[in-house]
Amino acid sequence: MAVILQQTLNGLQLGSVYALIALGYTMVYGILRLINFAHGDIFMIACYIGFFASGAFLARHLPTWAVFASTLLTSMVLTALLAMLIERSAYKPLRYAPRVSAVITALGVGLFLEHFTLATLGPAPRAIPPLLPAANYNMGGLTISSLQLMIIVISIILMLLLDTVVQKTMTGMAMRAISFDKTVVPLMGVPVDRIISLTFAIGSAVAAAGGILYSQAYPIINPYMGVRIGWWAFIAAVVGGIGNIRGAMLGGYILGFVEVFTPTILPSSTYRDFVAFTILLAVLIVRPTGILGRVAAQKV
Amino acid sequence: MAEPLLSIRDLHVSYGNIKAVRGISLDVEEGQIVTLIGANGAGKSTTLRAISGLVRPSAGSVVFRGMELSKLAPHRVVEAGIAHVPEGRGIFANLTVYENLKLATYSRKDRDRIPADEERVFALFPRLKERLSQMAGTLSGGEQQMLAVARALMTRGRIMLLDEPSMGLSPILVQEIFKVIAEINEAGTTILLVEQNANMALKVAHHGYVLQTGEIVLAGAAEDLASDPRVREAYLGG
Repeated sequence: MAVILQQTLNGLQLGSVYALIALGYTMVYGILRLINFAHGDIFMIACYIGFFASGAFLARHLPTWAVFASTLLTSMVLTALLAMLIERSAYKPLRYAPRVSAVITALGVGLFLEHFTLATLGPAPRAIPPLLPAANYNMGGLTISSLQLMIIVISIILMLLLDTVVQKTMTGMAMRAISFDKTVVPLMGVPVDRIISLTFAIGSAVAAAGGILYSQAYPIINPYMGVRIGWWAFIAAVVGGIGNIRGAMLGGYILGFVEVFTPTILPSSTYRDFVAFTILLAVLIVRPTGILGRVAAQKV
Repeated sequence: MAEPLLSIRDLHVSYGNIKAVRGISLDVEEGQIVTLIGANGAGKSTTLRAISGLVRPSAGSVVFRGMELSKLAPHRVVEAGIAHVPEGRGIFANLTVYENLKLATYSRKDRDRIPADEERVFALFPRLKERLSQMAGTLSGGEQQMLAVARALMTRGRIMLLDEPSMGLSPILVQEIFKVIAEINEAGTTILLVEQNANMALKVAHHGYVLQTGEIVLAGAAEDLASDPRVREAYLGG
């Protein structure tokens, strides 16, 4: 029983990170019908920004919480700017090209980010220093670490914030309108290009937050770390219903639980990719639009 | 005579090799209802889309209150004061009725005047007021058309471009929508109306242009056009 509770907590921690990354896939897909395959590598860049930022802030002897907060913010802002730059230079020129061109470009951008990092920073893994207090509390055989709680709580706050932005603000309304019919939105006085740019920025900033939180639990980073995590977050987005914000959150937690419970049920954790892709295929067969995805709305 | 509110000169628009609009010139005087009538594919919608910046003209000018519009991005054209109700209504089915109206105020600077405009729209369309929190996709065709017009009013344009507002509506609803168009015009909004229902359009309009394969073939006061034998034969069923 204690093991299950323990693993549930671990699943929530990992699921929070997958959910934060999955949001970026789902938001971009929602408005552009584009799977941004570079998103996992943007997550990786966010971790590297976190590595250098935390080093710089630690050198200034700030209190640890301040180092964490400034690292988180720095990574979110710089990653958002990078994503806007990628959108402007790589995707925007293809706005009216066939979708497959944009998808191939996204794969190319991802490879570029990986190998640019590899070429400039080298293949050696680096470790992000611990920035969050790591006290352990024992409750009837269950070990709860303050780190775990922080990761889960910060993630949930970010997700609630994002959900509020999408549901309540003018920008969120514009995003949802674009996802329904991009051609009419400019007639409402909405600058569509700016909304698309903002969507990339927000999705990537949230993934960056996921990266900094992830690196507090799993501090080793390398240029290829975005590949597997990116794929998992992508599966999370599709399982939850791509284009659907709450679906991405749900999918993230499902994938988090898959990862932690696979070694408990199956002989080894190496089965986890197999389980994740099996779930992806099963969902696609039974419910091609994902768990919370709606059947594409009919336009009259 | 004062400068027309909107003035188009020698407008050309092509889609690839197809010339949809070939050298149209027209004027819309402030306070009037001007209608563009003509058969399917005559270039009526394309003209409206060129005014709004949704398509780029290959030549010609669109001047609105002394400002050249043909180089502006579509959202800037809205800011300049042009409200466009597109063909097929173009409502956002996945947003609530209220969100549809609110989104139309996106670029407005006079935010303090929005509540008054909302009240005006609700007075004009009481049925929309009852359905504010409903998803716009659940509205009937007539209500969707009302929402499309209401949304255009919320952008607070000086001129409203209406593209086939009667399309797909029952005769009673067509009467109703034309009544609303006349009311909106009486309240001070200039209207450029594109219609296949030439009969209704010429009844409500002050001035009309007849479009044929991308060119204006006839123009004049609406009542003169309505009694012109050529128009009667081609568009009014004899």
